[in-house]
Formats: sequence, C-alpha cells, structure tokens
Amino acid sequence: MPAVSKGDGMRGLAVFISDIRNCKSKEAEIKRINKELANIRSKFKGDKALDGYSKKKYVCKLLFIFLLGHDIDFGHMEAVNLLSSNKYTEKQIGYLFISVLVNSNSELIRLINNAIKNDLSSRNPTFMCLALHCIANVGSREMAEAFASEIPRILVAGDTMDSVKQSAALCLLRLYKTSPDLVLMGEWTSRVVHLLNDQHMGVVTAAISLITCLSQKNPDEFKTCVSLAVSRLSRIVSSASTDLQDYTYYFVPAPWLSCKLLRLLQCYPPPEDGAVKGRLVECLETILNKAQEPPKSKKVQHSNAKNAILFEAISLIIHYDSEPNLLVRACNQLGQFLQHRETNLRYLALESMCTLASSEFSHEAVKTHIETVINALKTERDVSVRQRAADLLYAMCDRSNAKQIVAEMLSYLETADYSIREEMVLKVAILAEKYAVDYSWYVDTILNLIRIAGDYVSEEVWYRVIQIVINRDDVQGYAAKTVFEALQAPACHENMVKVGGYILGEFGNLIAGDPRSSPLVQFNLLHSKFHLCSVPTRALLLSAYIKFINLFPETKATIQEVLRCDSQIRNSDVELQQRAVEYLKLSSIASTDVLATVLEEMPPFPERESSILAKLKKKKGPGAVSVTELDDSKREAGELNGGADRGPDTAAMAASNASTPSPSADLLGIRSAAPVGAAQTNAGSLLVDVFSDSGPAAPSAAVNDDGFLRDLEQPTETSDSLLVEGSGDSDSAPPSEDPAPPLSEADELLNKFVCKNNGVLFENQLLQIGIKSEYRQNLGRMYLFYGNKTSVQFASFSTTVSCPGELQAQLNVQSKPVEPLVEGGAQIQQVLNIECITDFCDAPLLNIKFRYGGALQNLTLKLPVTINKFFQPTEMSSSDFFQRWKQLSQPQQEAQKIFKANHSMDTEVLKAKLLGLGTALLDNIDPNPENYVCAGVIQTKGQQIGCLLRLEPNAQAQVQMYRLTLRCSKDTVSKRLCELLAQQF
Amino acid sequence: MQFMLLFSRQGKLRLQKWYVPLSDKEKKKITRELVQTVLARKPKMCSFLEWRDLKIVYKRYASLYFCCAIEDQDNELITLEIIHRYVELLDKYFGSVCELDIIFNFEKAYFILDEFLLGGEAQETSKKNVLKAIEQADLLQENIDFQMRLFAGCQRSRDPAQRAGGNRTDINIIFIAIHTPPISQLLCCM
Repeated sequence: MPAVSKGDGMRGLAVFISDIRNCKSKEAEIKRINKELANIRSKFKGDKALDGYSKKKYVCKLLFIFLLGHDIDFGHMEAVNLLSSNKYTEKQIGYLFISVLVNSNSELIRLINNAIKNDLSSRNPTFMCLALHCIANVGSREMAEAFASEIPRILVAGDTMDSVKQSAALCLLRLYKTSPDLVLMGEWTSRVVHLLNDQHMGVVTAAISLITCLSQKNPDEFKTCVSLAVSRLSRIVSSASTDLQDYTYYFVPAPWLSCKLLRLLQCYPPPEDGAVKGRLVECLETILNKAQEPPKSKKVQHSNAKNAILFEAISLIIHYDSEPNLLVRACNQLGQFLQHRETNLRYLALESMCTLASSEFSHEAVKTHIETVINALKTERDVSVRQRAADLLYAMCDRSNAKQIVAEMLSYLETADYSIREEMVLKVAILAEKYAVDYSWYVDTILNLIRIAGDYVSEEVWYRVIQIVINRDDVQGYAAKTVFEALQAPACHENMVKVGGYILGEFGNLIAGDPRSSPLVQFNLLHSKFHLCSVPTRALLLSAYIKFINLFPETKATIQEVLRCDSQIRNSDVELQQRAVEYLKLSSIASTDVLATVLEEMPPFPERESSILAKLKKKKGPGAVSVTELDDSKREAGELNGGADRGPDTAAMAASNASTPSPSADLLGIRSAAPVGAAQTNAGSLLVDVFSDSGPAAPSAAVNDDGFLRDLEQPTETSDSLLVEGSGDSDSAPPSEDPAPPLSEADELLNKFVCKNNGVLFENQLLQIGIKSEYRQNLGRMYLFYGNKTSVQFASFSTTVSCPGELQAQLNVQSKPVEPLVEGGAQIQQVLNIECITDFCDAPLLNIKFRYGGALQNLTLKLPVTINKFFQPTEMSSSDFFQRWKQLSQPQQEAQKIFKANHSMDTEVLKAKLLGLGTALLDNIDPNPENYVCAGVIQTKGQQIGCLLRLEPNAQAQVQMYRLTLRCSKDTVSKRLCELLAQQF
Repeated sequence: MQFMLLFSRQGKLRLQKWYVPLSDKEKKKITRELVQTVLARKPKMCSFLEWRDLKIVYKRYASLYFCCAIEDQDNELITLEIIHRYVELLDKYFGSVCELDIIFNFEKAYFILDEFLLGGEAQETSKKNVLKAIEQADLLQENIDFQMRLFAGCQRSRDPAQRAGGNRTDINIIFIAIHTPPISQLLCCM
C-alpha cells in the first residue's frame, strides 16, 4: 500500500473524514456522525475484544468528531487502555485523546496517572516524552500533585536525554503556572540555572522559559542566571550566522533563544558587576548596530527574526531606563520604523515608542517624531495602527505640544472609527485638563469635544468641566459666554444643554450685562431646548430655572408661569413633577434672603483626582495611564495606584470608591439624591448630579432638613449599617469543597430585601455581608461588602455567584473575583452587574468560601435579586387604572392571596414598603381610602410586563388580615409577586 | 502563548491548541469571536491586534489562517516566526503541505506541534531536531516497511487524498485538492 501517509494509515478514518466532507448540509453531517457514534459505541460495548488497531482507529474517530465541535461522552476508558499499549502509535493516539478531551473524572485520572508513571519510569525517551507532553497539555492539579516532585528529578538527572530534558523543563513550567504551591524549590533549582550553559541549544531554549517564570516569582534564588544569560547572549550575538547550524533561522543566529534571554534579563535590574554590565551593553549596541546593516536576505522571515531581537533589546533598554545613549539610539531606530513600508513594523514602533516616551532620557527624542505620528493618525489604513498612533500622541504630550496634539486629536475625532471614539474623547479631555495653562482654552476644547462627539462624551467628562469651572473663578465668565454661544446652534447635543444649564444657572449673571444675553434671552434659549431633552436633563434645567429666579428676580414671573403649566406641575414623571411643585412653592413662599441662601452659588469642589483619568485607567487597565504621569502628575498617579489596589484598610476603600463609581453613587442619575451636606443640599439634586460620581460612601441617607428632595425610593438605610440586623447563625459550614446547600434561613433573608435595596444580608460570628444595590430598567448593580469580624485574616476567600437551573437563561449576573485575603477587621467589596433577560422566580445563589484558622468555611445564601427590582413606577389616573385593570381580566393573569398580618398595619410603614417594592403608589384611585393601589412596569431585556396591585387591609377584624390582588400581563409574574409580597406585610 | 488556532478562509476550525485551562464553552466562544474578527481583516492590515487583554498574532498561508494569542509582554514578531516555523515543519513532513493534509492527518499536525511547542513555549526550534523526533516515532511502528518510511518524503504521491489513504477516484477530494494550493507555494515567495 504505497499511498499511505507517513506513520499509520487508518483507512477507516480517512473514509470517515471524506464522508463528512461530502456531506452537503449540516443535517447530513450530524446524521453521518450519529451513525458513526452508534457504530463505535456498539463496537466498544460488543462482546468481541477489540484489537489495538481498531481501538486506536475508533478513538481517533471520536477525537475527530470532538474537534468538529460535537460533544463526546464515551471512549475515555478505551483511550486510557491505549496508554498502556506497547505499540507506539496506539499509545500516542491514547495520549492525544486524553490531552484534548480530559475531564476531571477522578477514577480515570488515577488510571491515566498510573500509565504516565509507567512511561516516565520506562527509560524509553520517546515514551517519556509522550508522557511529559501529556502532563504539559493537561496541566491539571491532580497531575501536579502526582508529578510535581518527580519531574525536577528527571530534568536535572545526569543521564537524562536532551529531548526529555526539554520536555521536562516545559512540563514543569506548565505545572508551576497552574499549581505554584506544589512545585517546591530545592536543590534542583541551582542546577536548573546551569542549564543556561548547556551545550544543546534546544535544552537552553526550553529551560530558559522555565527559568524566566521561576525568576519572576523568586528573583533572589535565581539571581545567578543574570551573568550566565549575559554570557550566553554575548556568544550568540557575536557568532557568525553559520556557527549555530540549524539554530540559525534565515541568517539570524538563534532568534528565539536571543529573545528569551533578553526577556529573562528584564526580570532583573541592570547587573551590578561592571564587567557583566559592560558585556551586556556591548551586546545591546551590537544588536542596534546590526539593525543598520544591510539585510542578509530579502525574505520577511529574516527581517522579522532580526527585528524581534531588536524590539526585545529595546524593551530591555527601556526596562533599565538608565542608559541615555542607548535610549536615544533606540528611539532613533524606532523613528526609522515609523516610516517603514511594513505595517507590522510601523505598528510595533508606535507601540514601543509609547513606553519610550515615559523615560525622561528619551521623552524629548520621542517628541521629535510628532509630525510623523500625526501623519500616521491621519493616513494609516488600519484602525489598529491608528489606535497606536493616538496612544503615542497621548503619551508624548506635554505642555510644549499639548495645544497641537489636542487640536489634531480633535480634528481626527470628526472622522474617527466608532470603536475608538470614546477612548479618544477621554484622552482629549484629560490632556486638555492636564496641560491647560489658560482655562479658556480648556473650556473651548471640552465644548468642542461635546460638539464633535457628544454621544461619546461620558458623564465624567461633563462633570469634570463643571467641577473645574466652579473651582476657578477666572474662567467662569468666559465659560458662561462660550456656552451661551454654543447653545445658539440650532441643533446642539444634549450634553451641551446639560453643561449650559448648569453653568448659566450658576454664572449667567456674569454675562447678563450684555443685552444680547440678558436674563430673559438666556432663559428662553435654555427653555427652547427643554422639550427635546431626556428626563434627567429636564430635571437639571428645572434646577437651573430656580437658580435664575434667585440670580435675576425679573425672570421670576416668566419662570413661575413655566413651572405652573400643566406639563410641568402635572408631569407624569414623578421627579419632574416634584421639582416643579417644590420650586414653584419655594419661589413664591421664600423671602429673597432665604432664596439667596438656599440657592447660593456652588461652593468649590474638593480637589480630587480627575474622574476621567480614573475612567480611562479602568478602560485600559493599570499601567496604560501611568505612562503619561511624567512630571507634574506624579502625585495623581500615586493616588490612582492606591485607588486601583483595593486594600482592606479604609483609606484604600475610600480611594477605590473614588475611582470606581462608589456604592452610594447614583445609577439612577437623579432619583436617589445623596446629599453631601446641608449647604449643598440647598442646591437641590442639580448638585448631586455632579457629586454622584464621587460622593464618598458616607451619609447617603442623611435626610435633608427642608425635606425638598426626600428620597422616595430609598428606605433610610445608611451605608455603614453593616452593624445592624443579621441572623443569629454562627456555626461554621460543613468543611466541603463543594458549595454548601443554601442556608435554611436563606429564603427568609431574601424576603427582607424584597422592599429594600440596602442592608445587612447575613451575619454570623465571623462574617458580615452587607448589600447596596441599584436598579435601572432591566439592569442592576449590586455592591457586596464582606466584613471580617474577627481579628484573624481569612485566607483563600472566594465567592461564586451562580444561577441554578432555568434561572441561568433568565438572569445574567457578572461578578469580579475578590481578593483572596481578608485581614482581620477589614472589609472588602465586590461588584455584581445584573441583567434581567426575562421574568424569573428563583434567586441566584452566592457561595462564599474561606479559611478561618485552617478550617474551611463554606456557606451559600440567596442573593436578594427578585423580579420586582426591575419595576419602573407608572403614574396613572383613576380611569386609566380601572381600564387597565379590566383589560387584565383573564383568570390566569390574576393572583390573589388572603393572609394574616405579620407586622403592624401602620400606614407610613405600609407605604414605604410598597414604594420600596418599586411600583408607583397611586392615590385617590380606590374608592376605599384604606386600600392601596400600585402600578408599575417590569423591565426585562425582551419585554415589558405591566403590573397592577391592590392591597386591602382589614384592620377591624379580630385578626388583622390582608387581601392582596395582583394583575400582570404575564401570569407567572402575578404568581411570583403575590408569593413575594405575602411575606412582607 | 495562550492558544493557537488554525482555521480556513471559510471559518472552519482545523486545529486548536489551548495552553490555558478553559471550559469547552469558553473555547467555542473565543474561537467564534476570533475567527470572525480575523476573517474580517483586509490583506494588507497589520498582523497584530489587541483582543481582550491579549495580543493576537495571525498570518494567512494559502487558504489557512494561523492565529496565536500571546500575553502582553510577549514578542509579536517572534510569534509570527513561530507560526512560520510550524508551517515549514508541516511542509517538510508532508512535502508541500496543503489544508487537506491537516484535515486528514490532524493527529500528525498535533504531534508535530507538540514537538515544537510545549506548554505554549518553544521547545525545540531546530527544524532538523523536530523532524528527527517525529521520524523516530514513525520508525517505532510495526508491520511497516522501514525503508519506505525513512524515504517516504521523496516517494509519496503528490495527491494529499491518496497520501491520506483515500480513494483516488474520490472526486470531491480531488476537486478540492486542485483548489487548495499547497501552503508551501506561499512559503517560497515569502
């Protein structure tokens, strides 16, 4: 059979593969596969023992089917059998199957490990390699447990074959990456370092990856590798291209090894030994020199390999950041690449120059390339390259070139790709602020930003411009004038209206002297935009109007008239209506003095880290921004780093609150006002809008004296209420690694949160879990606070949120992992993002595991996410209500329950609960004034579900009773709400 | 390196190698997303892109895309050459390799990859040494003419379908073979 391929021809397999390829449709393919699966299954189950070849063939077919994307749930045993075959190809296929399809089936793992153990001790290098490959491919913890101590022995044993050493080194690396705790350092470590001197280049190439990884974690133990690496590198760099025979790649001597050596050196500071350092600098110079030599080959492989080494060398030069000469040479070399015809090189040069820009030695050298980079931003055809150019412009920006760079970025924004606009906007905003010498330029830039890319201007950006204008009185008049002019445009972005409303409300008086911008002109201009704006902006404008009344008494009559008209005072949006009513009342009752005090000019904002910087940092991850913190903003960078690192101490907590939306921050924009102090409360929630992104977690529920913006939605629960309530449960959970079953009182705990969003979910002697949550439409955000009540740290602290059963498809909960250590007395925070896909009944489970004094604690709670959290309150008139009530008259749409009162029937408490439910509480609807009527719409991703509720208390009866009736457009929702609510009263 | 994917211009996955533990679901999701992203890119665009917190390095050879995901501090250009060296290895082993060779001999493609890269790191960069290891393994086989194996590279048929032991009259395979240029054709002109 001459036509068979190398190795083992498996004719049956080839036929099967061609069959699959001949299938005309997906269905035909599935049919063919099912037929084959049935055939294989019967063969495996059959009485006749299969020979090795058939077993191999069938296992290989299963593997092929799996790789096509189908599930395979049998054949593992047969594959394991193949491992112990003495025929190489059978063993090989067995190992391949295991490597690709491993699952942690404990019994099989034992068998597999046995087979591997046999092969490792077989002293047959080919078998040993196969076994090592399998361990490296699977890399599971079970395998690490079984082999982590054996492999180092193989690696350093004197009689081990080179090829086995190579596999052993990388196998150990993989185990170290997955289970570092199981790979113990020891006598072998020093011998591993000396593999850098090995004669066999392949052994060095493999070993150095292991050494690099180990050095990162244990730098002191591996220090000796520096001088060894330098001498090895020096020998390679100075060798002629023919010296290294097969390790020369397109005339470049050992490019992979060179790169890895340079990479290893980046784990350490510059060598202290003068001779070693001299030798290394020589190497780096040689590499830079070689870049200038004419290429030895026209092939792209030659230049890629050569440049790979060059870029790695430049990374090392930047890492050392101590050789001005080398830094400038590196910069010049990259400058040449900026105009290279290879897109790849231009991309890498832009990327690498970004880090060079942060070095004080090369910052100026980088700046000389500004024109080329601007040109790249304008002309590159590939968006990823343009993105790099924008990054570099951002990194090279300083006072001397800020105006030019900001102008270029602004003009690029007009045509920029959608994918990078938001980031560009943030960058422009940051640069404009950071390098603003005159603040009128800053104001112009931000307003331009809103004009050009209003949709991409996040709240942080416009909050920030307001903070700055408030804090700098030299720019207020200019800001008022500019924003007034910007508002003249027939179509202006809503963000412009927000900034305009705010600034004119505060500083409109500064331009009121000019008849072209007299108070009434200003008001009419603002009000002409009112009807085109969303609710939050309208609310902001209403606050601006009341400020106008204070600033310009002559506008009082006009504005009162506006407030008084039905569309305001009877607005269906509760927030707008309330503002209109209260502002109208305030303007007519309060004396001028009171008005002037209440509506006083905003006090300066406390100086704080720019919220925009925090946002960009969040977007790009740590490190991306710190590059730019060159001179004047070192302080800021420090704060930022503190913010990113969520330490357990309270200072760090506060910092992290500043960089991420704080728990008390207001997702709902305006609704749940979080007054920061009495003076500021006066300004109404206009101010809170601005504060909400940075307000510290403190007094979110300090009720304002004048009761103006009393928060209807939020029960009076303070954020530091972690010390109230809590269940008495104190026993440690069963010491099992599996998530514990939910606590018996989990449902009870859940019920406490049906009508409120904040409070203590759980408490025992060790741990306290507090919750703050906010919901908007079908989205929610929940902050969990885990407090360690003991004085001992919790180790391996981990939490898992799961949606059991069908809930998985109904609710989407995303969480970030928490810090594994919780110090005694400390508290850590976790944020969950929740999306309601469709209506649901069950609650997601929260499993918490940690070690306290060695004992595993394991407990599971229900997260208080209930369907009513996604309510939007709906206001409606009596006639509307009854009309809808009638429309929902199908029997399954209604759910009713009559039950005994568990709590007192106090009217205020009942009202608070019904409001906490999330619905609108409607007055004057039910003919019986004792009854409560509510309406709301549940927002899910896919649909909206209208719900009407009626609660009839019977206080007269001997036993106080309620009758609760729900009618919803979806029957399951009626039932679920009825169940939930019956527990509440 | 975190993973390597080989897929065709039609988006069919031909080989997948994962060096980090991920669930099957995640693997499928990543594959779908990346195949889409890479296929949407135009020929002259740069071979690197940022994706999640990884860097993607890809290159097209004939009808096949080779796509690697590397970490932030890894070297893009050397990864590009890892891809090239792997293609060279396949080419040398199969003799003018084309997509069909990889389909019909997927297990061999995996074995060669394991000799070259292990745990996501280059294990042996010498072409000679990698092929020697594979040849040795082939030599260990029973009931096959040893001489033939050794020189198989020179004597084998040019038709990949036949190499795979398929039927020569299998029209579909031949048809596709004609339309699948050997990857190596591209090797020469680069």
